[in-house]
Amino acid sequence: MSPPLLTIEGLTKAYPGVVANDDVSFDIKPGEVHALLGENGAGKSTLVKMIYGLVRPDSGRMTLHGRAYAPANPSDARAGGVAMVFQHFSLFDALDVAENVALGMENPPRMHDLAARIREVSETYGLPLDPARTLGELSAGERQRVEIVRCLLQDPRLLIMDEPTSVLTPQEVEILFETLRKLTREGVAILYISHKLEEIRALCDRATILRLGRNVGTCIPRDASAREMAEMMVGSAFAAPERAARETGDAALELTGLSLRSPNAFGASLKEITLAVRRGEILGIGGVAGNGQDELLAALSGEVRVAPGAVRLAGRPVGRLGPGARRRLGLLTAPEERLGHAAAPDMSLTENALLTGAERENLMRHGFLRWRRAEDFARRIIERFDVRTPGPQVAARALSGGNLQKFVIGREVLQRPEVLVVNQPTWGVDAAAAAAIRQALLDLAGSGTAVLCISQDLDELMEISDRFGALNEGRLSAIRPAKELNVEEIGLMMGGAHGMEVAHV
Amino acid sequence: MDLSSINPILLLASLMVAATPILLAALGELVSERAGVLNLGVEGMMITGAICGFAIAVETGSPVVGFAAAAAGGALLSLLFALLTQLALANQVASGLALTLFGLGLSALLGQSYVGIRPPATAKLDIPLLGDIPVLGPVLFSHDWMVYFGLALTLAVWAALKYSRAGLILRAVGENHDAAHALGYNVVGVRILAILFGGACAGLGGAYLSLVRVPQWTEGMTAGAGWIALALVVFASWKAGRVLLGAYLFGGVTVLQLNLQAAGVDIPVEYLSMSPYLITILVLVILSADRSRAPGSLGRIFHASR
Repeated sequence: MSPPLLTIEGLTKAYPGVVANDDVSFDIKPGEVHALLGENGAGKSTLVKMIYGLVRPDSGRMTLHGRAYAPANPSDARAGGVAMVFQHFSLFDALDVAENVALGMENPPRMHDLAARIREVSETYGLPLDPARTLGELSAGERQRVEIVRCLLQDPRLLIMDEPTSVLTPQEVEILFETLRKLTREGVAILYISHKLEEIRALCDRATILRLGRNVGTCIPRDASAREMAEMMVGSAFAAPERAARETGDAALELTGLSLRSPNAFGASLKEITLAVRRGEILGIGGVAGNGQDELLAALSGEVRVAPGAVRLAGRPVGRLGPGARRRLGLLTAPEERLGHAAAPDMSLTENALLTGAERENLMRHGFLRWRRAEDFARRIIERFDVRTPGPQVAARALSGGNLQKFVIGREVLQRPEVLVVNQPTWGVDAAAAAAIRQALLDLAGSGTAVLCISQDLDELMEISDRFGALNEGRLSAIRPAKELNVEEIGLMMGGAHGMEVAHV
Repeated sequence: MDLSSINPILLLASLMVAATPILLAALGELVSERAGVLNLGVEGMMITGAICGFAIAVETGSPVVGFAAAAAGGALLSLLFALLTQLALANQVASGLALTLFGLGLSALLGQSYVGIRPPATAKLDIPLLGDIPVLGPVLFSHDWMVYFGLALTLAVWAALKYSRAGLILRAVGENHDAAHALGYNVVGVRILAILFGGACAGLGGAYLSLVRVPQWTEGMTAGAGWIALALVVFASWKAGRVLLGAYLFGGVTVLQLNLQAAGVDIPVEYLSMSPYLITILVLVILSADRSRAPGSLGRIFHASR
């Protein structure tokens, strides 16, 4: 048995009001893929930031290559052979690929030589990249290649990857895994953070599980089931969503040839989208982030106006109507970004309930607000959706991600929509809250609402949707019954490997 | 009306002099904005530089020492802005406006005993041979050294931003401060240095007004030049070459319209006075129709979170 590459003993880090890591210990061996598992807020990010020198621990020790290791900044970490691929990319849109790579290196070679080395390494590992392209023009998958190539150029001994697959198609994930396996054969250790349990079972040799900042156990992912690992993460058993058999009715929402130029300079424009959602069904729309999801939601909510006939609600053209008018007709939406888009962060839950509920819940009279009714409505949401909060007077910002998400989804569900459109309904939400939100969507469809669920979480879409389509560069794939699809086919619908190849060596 | 009274050679020569103060101040602001800091205090730093440079030049008799003092004065005032916005995390717009008001008041106080004095003359670089070329000689090669310093600074800022490692880090900090922090760069440190550079350049620009262009000290003598410099940076799409173009265009039209006024052209004076602003903005707006955009983190407060 080889000695560990990195040993962590009793690492503790506290922030005002919260202990992010409490006495965490584990070790990583050379050539091992070690998974770090845990829910949002379990302390995974803080832990890897300490290893990468971005955050200094309050107490505890780390040993790298058998020597004491206490990086004061990321430069120290890089000098010790530690490289990191970030969850929220550490990239710069306005700079080109080579400049982005140079910024992540200790002693970058001259730009001309660097470009040649980027080409060489990216081709060796099957991650083709053009060093001269501006980063803002790249797809999410390509951006990740930039991050990985940046790390590979420094010959790392330990590669930290924070949720690397959340923006990849299944084909791209498979190729990434091949690259990682090749690296481990060269003796590189990989610390892999994810909450996609099936991926961890396919890739990782060992897993350390964190809950509320503590190390609550280790397991061999190949020998454990995804369910067992999920329960270790949550600390208790939770109910998986159930779907009742249900009847689907006529088309409630129809899109016909919907095209929309993206208002965002680096966004994807929608091209000729045609679909229909029937009453009582859930239509799942998958796809890698940045392929038109936000634009589709904006066109449906009424934030962006389109041709009148492009969006029809129960046969009635609504493309020119604004959000308020659409809500009155029963078309409700819940966007992806909780703080700032779905909810106003500094306003109370009552005020937030008013913001989308005013029309349908009759919370306004002659232009004046009916505070008591609004507060009752907010209370109903809090009770029905088990939102953990002291009361409706609390600011939206003060709620945890999962609780606020339950609130914004619940706010729309309780308005008995004819059609509900949600984007990333369980993004960054703990497993129990995610299960509750999915159950609510299933129940809503069961009561006859047409639900359009846009998500990047394929497991979620397979769990709840009746039919499935994927967005790729603003185009919608053919829509097919979800039960007939396997992962391979879904990946191809999402655009396949986008030019990625398996490592050549 | 007598257009023949306008001497085109003198006109072109004075264009470079008229453009230099705004060019210097705008270059400083460009660097600070590329680092993600919006400093609306350019006017205040300019006028502080104007009085510091004037006073020290008069006391020492040396314009060179005066310009150095102007740069130091502008940088010192900008340090106040740096402390407020980078360490106390104050709002950049409000702090910048306060800096302008403070600088105007402070300079009036400092300059009380310097009104009506003539400063020592700044040496002209009489370049032999080149200066003797007809037309080109007097237009291009017979200015004081600060004019050439402004040109050299434009080239230096452009090259440093484009080719140097420090320039790359500065652009990275301005583009996405969270990512730069995650990679281990000292966002606050880079920004403080950029703010100081901006302050020093604004101070030089101000001193050029009081020591060369006017040359005299009067209260509020920058008369909005700092605001022009600020606008120039935006309309020049944060590019050093376009700042130079904009400053020369502005300086040129300013000088031309003054000449036209003197020649008694039959256009209301108000239209002539507004023409430099209109023409400069128009040209730069047309130029900025390409895809260039503001630095991604411009004006946003950076706070290293967990």
